[in-house]
Amino acid sequence: MITLEKVRQRAESDAKTYGYYLQPDPEFLSNLLEGLKQNEERYGYPLCPCRLASGKFEFDRDILCPCDYRDPDVLEYGCCYCALYVRKDMFEGKNPITPIPERRPFEKQARAYGIVIETPREKPSKTAAQVAKTPSGVKLKLWYCKQCGYVVFREDPPYVCPICKAKREMFAEIEKPTQDC
Amino acid sequence: MNFVKVPGKNRKHKVLLYALSTCAWCKMEKQFLKDSSVEYEYVDVDLCNEKEREKIRGDIQRRGGDLNYPTLIINDKNLISGFHKDRIQKALEI
Repeated sequence: MITLEKVRQRAESDAKTYGYYLQPDPEFLSNLLEGLKQNEERYGYPLCPCRLASGKFEFDRDILCPCDYRDPDVLEYGCCYCALYVRKDMFEGKNPITPIPERRPFEKQARAYGIVIETPREKPSKTAAQVAKTPSGVKLKLWYCKQCGYVVFREDPPYVCPICKAKREMFAEIEKPTQDC
Repeated sequence: MNFVKVPGKNRKHKVLLYALSTCAWCKMEKQFLKDSSVEYEYVDVDLCNEKEREKIRGDIQRRGGDLNYPTLIINDKNLISGFHKDRIQKALEI
């Protein structure tokens, strides 16, 4: 069983790695960590406590804490959607922490209500099709970071490369398996 | 659906809160309404089944709201998405 202390340590270490701070209000922070813990116990993965999950991993992977939207949200608004991760000026109380708009696309939110909206997509590359067949209707693709070479297999490219912090625009889809080797 | 009624002296408006049991902003809004003695009902949407969620989704979207929590519905028509204290105070006249 996951302990609250473990959840706290994980968040602290992640904040440190990425140069963020944790929510400065101790009660608010403790509620956020408690919510994360409850979700991890319920679903088996640390889902965002402030969003409605579907309970199916392939639908919820973008809202696993730290979620896909954290980096652009902290950059634009000074905190993530939950306000677990905050920017230095917010941590120091120079700017107030207020609720921010939801960046997660509607079609992904809708999956928690049993609705799967198919957005028009290109055919997945051969490589992606070979690596895994997903029964859920989520079309997974292989993406690589043009800056550092990080490769990820998921629906959309990440907003920020978790390795080198390159922006989403630096990701390209791997179209074909390499034939040369 | 499991509506939980929180009693309060202020019954001027019909107040319904859609929340998540794990959400810290929702917890704050619940506490704020309680501290302000506002009588209200809430549902934790994450604890609802699919059919109930679908009903809630319709309820929120019909009023032009987004699927965010907390979502407050005042007198069946006024919708406040997110814990915006000033807007809630104004709408509830508190």
